[in-house]
Amino acid sequence: MSVIILLVIIGIVVAGLFLLGFIWAVKSGQYDDMYSPSVRILFDDATESTNEVDEKNSSTKSEIK
Amino acid sequence: MELQKFTYDNKLTNYFIWATVGWGVTAMLVGLTAAFELIFPNMSGEISWLVFSRIRPVHTNAAIFAFVGNGFFAAIYYSMPRLLKTPMYSKPLGNIHFWGWQFIILLAAITYPFGLTQSKEYAELIWPIDILVVLVWVVFGLNMIMTLVKRRVKHIYVAIWFYIATWVTIAILYIVNNLAIPVTWYLSYPVFGGIQDALVQWWYGHNAVAFFLTTPILGMMYYFIPKVANRPIYSYKLSIIHFWALIFLYIWAGPHHLLYSALPDWAQALGVVFSVMLIAPSWGGMINGLLTLRGAWDKVREDPVLKMFVVGVTAYGMSTFEGPMLSLKTVNALSHFTDWTIAHVHIGTLGWNAMMNFGMIYWLIPKLFKTKLYSVKLANVHFWIATLGMLFFSIPLYFAGFTQALMWKEFTAEGFLAYPNFLETVTQILPMYYLRAFGGSLYFIGALLFTYNVWKTAAQGSFMRFENDEAAPKPAPSPKESGHRKLEGRPLQFTVVALIVILIGGLIEIVPMYLVKSNVPTISAVKPYTPLELEGRDVYVSEGCYLCHSQMIRPFRNETERYGEYTKSGEVVYNHPFQFGSKRTGPDLAREGVKSLPNYKPNSWHYSHLVNPQILSPESIMPQYPWLAENEIDLSVTPKKINVMRTLGVPYPEGYEDQAVADLQAQYNKIAKGLRDGGIDVGDNKEIVAMIAYLQRLGTDVYNAK
Repeated sequence: MSVIILLVIIGIVVAGLFLLGFIWAVKSGQYDDMYSPSVRILFDDATESTNEVDEKNSSTKSEIK
Repeated sequence: MELQKFTYDNKLTNYFIWATVGWGVTAMLVGLTAAFELIFPNMSGEISWLVFSRIRPVHTNAAIFAFVGNGFFAAIYYSMPRLLKTPMYSKPLGNIHFWGWQFIILLAAITYPFGLTQSKEYAELIWPIDILVVLVWVVFGLNMIMTLVKRRVKHIYVAIWFYIATWVTIAILYIVNNLAIPVTWYLSYPVFGGIQDALVQWWYGHNAVAFFLTTPILGMMYYFIPKVANRPIYSYKLSIIHFWALIFLYIWAGPHHLLYSALPDWAQALGVVFSVMLIAPSWGGMINGLLTLRGAWDKVREDPVLKMFVVGVTAYGMSTFEGPMLSLKTVNALSHFTDWTIAHVHIGTLGWNAMMNFGMIYWLIPKLFKTKLYSVKLANVHFWIATLGMLFFSIPLYFAGFTQALMWKEFTAEGFLAYPNFLETVTQILPMYYLRAFGGSLYFIGALLFTYNVWKTAAQGSFMRFENDEAAPKPAPSPKESGHRKLEGRPLQFTVVALIVILIGGLIEIVPMYLVKSNVPTISAVKPYTPLELEGRDVYVSEGCYLCHSQMIRPFRNETERYGEYTKSGEVVYNHPFQFGSKRTGPDLAREGVKSLPNYKPNSWHYSHLVNPQILSPESIMPQYPWLAENEIDLSVTPKKINVMRTLGVPYPEGYEDQAVADLQAQYNKIAKGLRDGGIDVGDNKEIVAMIAYLQRLGTDVYNAK
């Protein structure tokens, strides 16, 4: 049943990654504000829709590379 | 601060949506065909690529990876840029992701019906396609991670956390479960064997449910329910707890698929405990989703999108209640191998996954095409027949599962099995199979209405490919910030680190090779398969026999009475891949070859039964496999198979590959002579004889030693 040891190791590594992610999230202030993110997503709609790319104002080109 | 302007590109969201619609209908059509084949077993006739056991993987894979997968990709490509205030990082990567994924699905739909399979449920793809999957998954991950790096918003909304967990975990699971040594371009043997292979497979299998069918859909839920209802999520704090608790607990639940098997007890207990704990975060999530709609129930009454979401989230709650319950050993003893499991997973897919997909698409298509939904009434009709279809599908199968399990377990007052003939327990539940097919048909009709509705909606509007938006740039990180923050500012380094993380998955490949030694059996009577049996085993795998026949006798009196001695881990060490199965539509075959057991059948019986089961048992629902008597074994590959098996630790003597074909033919001629003497005209090198040889070997080793 040696594979179970491998799986437990992988499981712990994955859980460890998750733990690091969690610690990072807390330390970097992700969870300082537990209210406004839920409201903000309701107001994030784009300003206009179009079939043309706004070349002048668009940062898309540089973003795309 | 000056606002930066940027443009979202809706092209890939749109593509993924139509792929979801198209593959969704396909997956349901194939599933419906399979459901009807269980009632009319000879529907497939002599067409090998239509037989139940070959199209069942097409159905499951299309539902999971094509329908649900494309659905959450659409959600990710739509919600991520808007949440992070930046377009997706790269259009070429996005295109490779989209077309690569569709190409993989197409390859799956072509290879499975031709019997090209690894036989691991939801990981059946043959090894060259597996490599493609990993490549496309890496492309998807890069695109997602780099978008995250380029974000203008500091806070990462909870939905995105779910997307990230999906990517990371599936990458690791997929690689480990598909570690195999190729024999030919279409055939490979998994590195792990027997119970080890089973454990790896179900560790993957359950996490595929967790991280492919659950976490990304929860991300969808946390984005789309608030957007559609125009209400903030009930509790953002609860969503964060939901996320972290869920991903920590899910990775340990896999062993609950192997309760009462030869897996060590402590591993089974671990799986049970974590499965039971999972109910807490799961229900936290369900409550959070439903309570978001508090004070908005008037909207739910009007809006088919929200109705879909409500049923979807409720189904999530139901199946995550049922899951822990089915993981309890006492319940599992009854439910395992029965249709109960099929009912359970369909509450998950038809209820949770599909309803969330339908709702999202009903909302997104009018938005992307700048128009109103073509017909709200039609969407309401779809909602009702989908909900009823799901119930008509699942409830009869719950009864079928109970009924059959209780019949298997029943003893007469004299102490004999009340239903010694397995077939009796099948014909008893056939009416439920009819109802299931009816429910499935309803659901399928709903999906057609859905397709028509979104198609007409798109046709009446015009596609708005781009959306302009503006946002303040993200504040630059202060110099003393942690390593991760520094990394974020350096995309290249971040990519390297991400790649190293993925490569660790690849490096793990080397470790298992050291584990091969543990495949040495603890039962000395257990010997490797003969070359003919090995060929027969490959036919068994390729035809998908494991989908209806288990090879795992649990230590219950009714099972040992019916099938013989319970299965020991030492007996299956040479099984690459394992063939425990997870459903008994037909009887268990673990001891099929043991002459002293009631299930034993002679070679000629097997021959006739494989070619046409109804000749011997008119009520049988097993399909015909007449092509087995036509197709020939490729003897040129046999030595290679022996070699690969030896590499995997199966003790064939050095140089045996040169003798293998001669041995194979000797055994073949012996069986063929017996058949011919009995009046069956069997040709040379036919698959059917190899299959018979394999069936007659099953479970015999420990009996012969007695």
